[in-house]
Amino acid sequence: MSQLSSTETAPLVSGETPQAGISADDAEGEEAQQPQTDELREGWAAQMAEALGDGYCEHHIVCSSDLWVRVTRQAWVDAAIFARDRLGCDFFDWLSAIDWLPSPYGRDMDAQTDNPPQRPVESVEQGYGGGHTRFQMLLRLHSTATHTGINIKADLPDSDMSIDTLIGVFAGANWHEREAWEMFGIVFNNHPDLRHIYLPGEFEGNPMRKDFPLLARRVKPWPGIVDVELMPGEDGS
Amino acid sequence: MNQAQAPALDVDKRRQSAYVATQAADARLNLEIETDGMTLNIGPQHPATHGTLRLVARLDGEQVVEAEPIMGYMHRGYEKLTEVRTYPQVTTLINRIDWLGSFANEVPFILAAEKLMEVEAPPRAVWIRTVLFELSRIANISLFLGDMAVQLGALTPVFMAFRDREFVLNQIEAVTGGRFHPNFNRIGGLKDDLPKGWIENTKAVMGRMRDFCDEFDELVLGNEIFQARCRGIGIIPADVGLAYGLSGANIRASGVDWDLRRDGSEALAYDQADWKVWTHPDGDSFARYWVRLQETREATKIVDQLLDGLPAGSIMAKVPRIIKVPAGEAYSATENPLGEMGYYIVSKGDLVPFRVKIRSASFSNMSISPWLLKGVFVPDIVTILASLYFILGDIDR
Repeated sequence: MSQLSSTETAPLVSGETPQAGISADDAEGEEAQQPQTDELREGWAAQMAEALGDGYCEHHIVCSSDLWVRVTRQAWVDAAIFARDRLGCDFFDWLSAIDWLPSPYGRDMDAQTDNPPQRPVESVEQGYGGGHTRFQMLLRLHSTATHTGINIKADLPDSDMSIDTLIGVFAGANWHEREAWEMFGIVFNNHPDLRHIYLPGEFEGNPMRKDFPLLARRVKPWPGIVDVELMPGEDGS
Repeated sequence: MNQAQAPALDVDKRRQSAYVATQAADARLNLEIETDGMTLNIGPQHPATHGTLRLVARLDGEQVVEAEPIMGYMHRGYEKLTEVRTYPQVTTLINRIDWLGSFANEVPFILAAEKLMEVEAPPRAVWIRTVLFELSRIANISLFLGDMAVQLGALTPVFMAFRDREFVLNQIEAVTGGRFHPNFNRIGGLKDDLPKGWIENTKAVMGRMRDFCDEFDELVLGNEIFQARCRGIGIIPADVGLAYGLSGANIRASGVDWDLRRDGSEALAYDQADWKVWTHPDGDSFARYWVRLQETREATKIVDQLLDGLPAGSIMAKVPRIIKVPAGEAYSATENPLGEMGYYIVSKGDLVPFRVKIRSASFSNMSISPWLLKGVFVPDIVTILASLYFILGDIDR
């Protein structure tokens, strides 16, 4: 599957009705031979760009598969409302965040010491849709009518890790935001009930951050790495 | 522009129904009683709750003023653990999310990884994968069909469910070697082919499961007490359900005709079989049970048809021995027994995923419970929670 990346805004596909969008989606199989065009998703990105104006940053399309749109923190709620009301994404799939910091512990599954972070934060590389910050919000919505999903991302600066809550748009965001709050330490403005959902109340730290060590590996080395047990009689010399 | 105007009506309608929805939960409260409030702690070790879900309900008389599920007693941190496991190792972990349909847990992860690697499993592997997926759905939901009756005080159905589910588990075990945690999916295909004679045996089991469904149709759905306890109880309007992220049979019971098996774009063989997506307009506990019963029957038909047309060929695509997934992001979701289950994989071209977001169905399905339980009577808590059907491992991950 080839990928089409576009950093500038695609031209607005005018006169494309939702019905046309469905048929384009259905005809995916036939279009697979032709070079990458995904009218439905291009159209969605273009509409979003037009509606959000400055709040819109970038989009990325993997042809006939998925769409990523990055918006600013300020346009976060507007983007969700627009996707729900204009793009028909009525299904709240999930909400989470990504920490793009390369793990200072690497894949050290048997790391026994608290290594200091070795790689500088400058080497943070964001994925589809670009970005500039270590933390990114990630929201997925889905349309039950056109059967198309959309991923919406937003940058969160380290200096102010807060973003408006989506509870007013999708009531289901409540628990997902509580999870993102405790796992990543992201503050959701106007969230009525921001407290631990999985972790005990006195838990300190945000476990899903990359610089939070996997404590289980401090206690016991990963058996997959040190599973060579000595046979009886062998001293290991 | 047509586009901007056409859905505008929907927006008004949606606002209206959103308003009604928020009011409805409050309106269910009958404030005339006004006794001294009481807090009822249900669980975490209560027979009426599955696993270790704890429910704190504030009561006014027999009515629930506020109910709050408290989770986390079984949080295992799989999202963090996947960041230190290689891709083939991850399936062992995610098997344990929804432990009643464990084969189905592996599939969306493998599909997402295959999507990133641009690997296609050979047709035979895809078909067998779909068959086993449906078998785990039958094993999973048949237990619900019995368990829901237990919540209403009928003990017999759950024994029947355990008995007949065993035959399905035997078939899964015959292929994968594991009853509960098959760990059978590989990136690019499956571990093994079907054993000899398996197809005939499975068809016999499917016939048996259809009898099981017919039996439950009369025994449970036709039962007066069951209907009295479930009809009109725990009604979820479609709009509210979608906003809470309800999926699977829960949302189809509210009249939303949406099934990822039919509507999703994942590489599974569902389009090769002739089957039907069942919906129910009522949205109550009865409807959720009804839809699941129909789905089980439908799943047996899918299995039968797929086994008839099973293509020959290899069961494993050519993949490197050491699996490195190219950098990128992909999301794959399938219609699991409990609802939509998806994995969002962020890869940096390494042996291990950079980040995996696990979208489990029960977490979203349960998030509606504070809204849904507001204003219901205490005995209905049990039926409503049972009809939402959650697995604790699927909530806590």
